[in-house]
Amino acid sequence: MNKILLIIKREYLTRVRKKSFLIMSVVGPLLMAAIIILPAYFAKLESGQKVIGIVDETNYFKYKFTSDESVKFIALDPDIVQAKKELINKGLYAILYIPMTKNVLPTYAYLYSTKEPNIIIKGRIKSVMQKEIVGWILQEKKVDPGIIKELQQKITLAPIKINDAGEEEKSMVELKMGIGYVLALVIYMFIFIFGAQVMRGVIEEKTNRIVEIIISSVKPFQLMMGKIIGVALVGLTQFVIWIASMAIILSLFFSIFSGDIEQYKNQKLKIQDEQLVLQNPDIAAGGDFNKTVAVLTDAIDAINFSGIALAFLIYFLGGYLLYSSLFAAIGAAVDNETDTQQFMLPITVPLIVGVISAQFVMNNPDGPLSFWLSMFPFTSPVVMMVRIPFGVPLWQVFLSVALLIGGFIFTTWLAARIYRTGILMYGKKPSYRDLWKWIHW
Amino acid sequence: MVLMSNILEITEVSKKFGDFTALNSVSLSVPEGSIFGLLGPNGAGKTTLIRIINQILLPDSGTVLFQGKPLAKNHVEEIGYLPEERGLYRKMKVGEQALYLAQLKGLSEKDAKERLKYWFKRFDIAPWWDKKVEELSKGMQQKVQFITTVLHQPKLLIFDEPFSGFDPINVNLLKDEILNLRKAGATIIFSTHNMASVEELCDHFVLINRSNKILDGNVQTVKEAYKENIYIVEYEGKIGAIPDAENAPYHILKHVENEKRLLVKSDGEIATNQLLKELMKHMTITSFQEKLPSMNDIFIQKVQENK
Repeated sequence: MNKILLIIKREYLTRVRKKSFLIMSVVGPLLMAAIIILPAYFAKLESGQKVIGIVDETNYFKYKFTSDESVKFIALDPDIVQAKKELINKGLYAILYIPMTKNVLPTYAYLYSTKEPNIIIKGRIKSVMQKEIVGWILQEKKVDPGIIKELQQKITLAPIKINDAGEEEKSMVELKMGIGYVLALVIYMFIFIFGAQVMRGVIEEKTNRIVEIIISSVKPFQLMMGKIIGVALVGLTQFVIWIASMAIILSLFFSIFSGDIEQYKNQKLKIQDEQLVLQNPDIAAGGDFNKTVAVLTDAIDAINFSGIALAFLIYFLGGYLLYSSLFAAIGAAVDNETDTQQFMLPITVPLIVGVISAQFVMNNPDGPLSFWLSMFPFTSPVVMMVRIPFGVPLWQVFLSVALLIGGFIFTTWLAARIYRTGILMYGKKPSYRDLWKWIHW
Repeated sequence: MVLMSNILEITEVSKKFGDFTALNSVSLSVPEGSIFGLLGPNGAGKTTLIRIINQILLPDSGTVLFQGKPLAKNHVEEIGYLPEERGLYRKMKVGEQALYLAQLKGLSEKDAKERLKYWFKRFDIAPWWDKKVEELSKGMQQKVQFITTVLHQPKLLIFDEPFSGFDPINVNLLKDEILNLRKAGATIIFSTHNMASVEELCDHFVLINRSNKILDGNVQTVKEAYKENIYIVEYEGKIGAIPDAENAPYHILKHVENEKRLLVKSDGEIATNQLLKELMKHMTITSFQEKLPSMNDIFIQKVQENK
């Protein structure tokens, strides 16, 4: 068997057999599943019917609030002092107090409650009152009720992007932002976690003093690349396990709790309906909401998921190779992990710059900063991943990938030169000057 | 005597690290089937030379011939190297690790397993096959390292301070194994500071100091060449006054009266028999022996001259 394959095999097997790998493989998906499942669960817990008492001194709004599954409105005697006393005794969620005003309807009200009131409920109360007041004013001015109806329209805004080829693409900015950002973060995390594993592996071989035995059999470059590739495979394995077990957990969850979820979804839809209605008072939710859903689904269909997956794989591997060889060089230069600090800075800064600027890139994916950061090999794996879902001209992707490949060939060459000298150096903590000398030897 | 061919022929090898010269035009030949001592103080350049032979480092200039051919990649499988600073993966199992190292030297998994079984039994460490390295004592780890060094039956073995970390019993075991390997046809390069073991084991040696070769040759020949005509004389009974005049052909270097022993240096011109006759005039001699310099003496003398 080829010797580099032997090294890859050892690096891979010793790592995937470790307890920490097993724990990460089990705990990771559980955590992520929990992040998805728990909010749904808690939302369900909270969703009992809330009772709100109305103390309306104007007597105008009293019966205008309609109750439903989530909120029940009851009219109380118009005595706010008494009502406040009864808030807790009667188990009310809140008391809405609308004070008396002269001539016109009040444009303000008070909401008494023991807990911070739900934002949806607040919006609902405001919109009902606003609707009633507008209706009342229009009536006072003797406007035709038919016109009143016509005035109330909901606007659906469907952003559509025209690409370089002149074709139309449905744009779904939030979704694209989300996908790009999450994938960029995953790349960032994996580079750090598995780059550090490469570094620790090199330090281990050095402090163990096994390295001289091994490089009397294989070239230092083979040992370094074997380790880098072995650890990359560990990272991919972990990733695949996570995706697969997440899929299993979620599908199990959906099949077991499908009834509950259906209910939850309905509730959520209803809440969304209500929010839409709140923003656009007096609109019958049905038809317009379906329109929104249709736009959204179209946009999801328009996003090129296989392209994104391919780009993710390329930038994931390219970024990892670029950085992990530098991590290997650092490991070779020092005797123990505490000495790595001084050399870590120049590696971590561009990575962190990439992640921080991701926020900016999301808002302006085609700006000059986004362009240059997605070309520079040290930031491109993170930044380009943020840009890709928004659609990037193909020539930019090719240029960026070419620069990334060039970048990792360069860092690997550089790292190999530092590595082959560093692994045999003990004792003195090297300076950047020393590293520079090693490159030339 | 049969002329031995040289398994290793090093010619004018130099190596610099920046401004520091680690080896300065060093030449030496290692005869096939010999035990060859590589001697020198700390920092003399021994490790650099060993690393060049192992192709861990490349020389800046000069040539290294292995069995008459320039060093090439496939030669690593003919060489076994036990570095001075040696270790194993602590978390890996002993057997698995030995297999890995053997396969890196080009052995097939099957061959490696068979040979390892044999050696593990021979060194009494067979029960440790499935233990992690960190559970082994240092001596046991050294045994495992020794086994992985010799397992692929290399023609040339390089031991850098092999006895450090071994107890006296295991030192003897190791010495026997080294002699066995030589009997089986291997050539052994042996780097050490322990001059007693050099005299015990080595046929040839080279002495390197401050990146230069300062002495090499056959151990016996060099010792003969460095003898100073000093004799150890033991006597019985009383001893009379010994004339030690300026014009006598010898003089007394030292007289240890309670042990009845003299250290006599001849002027190198009179024959040994003549010297004996001269001394017999003054005492009854029970033992008479030429004192050859030890490798230790030669080492210290040459290194100090070279300062």
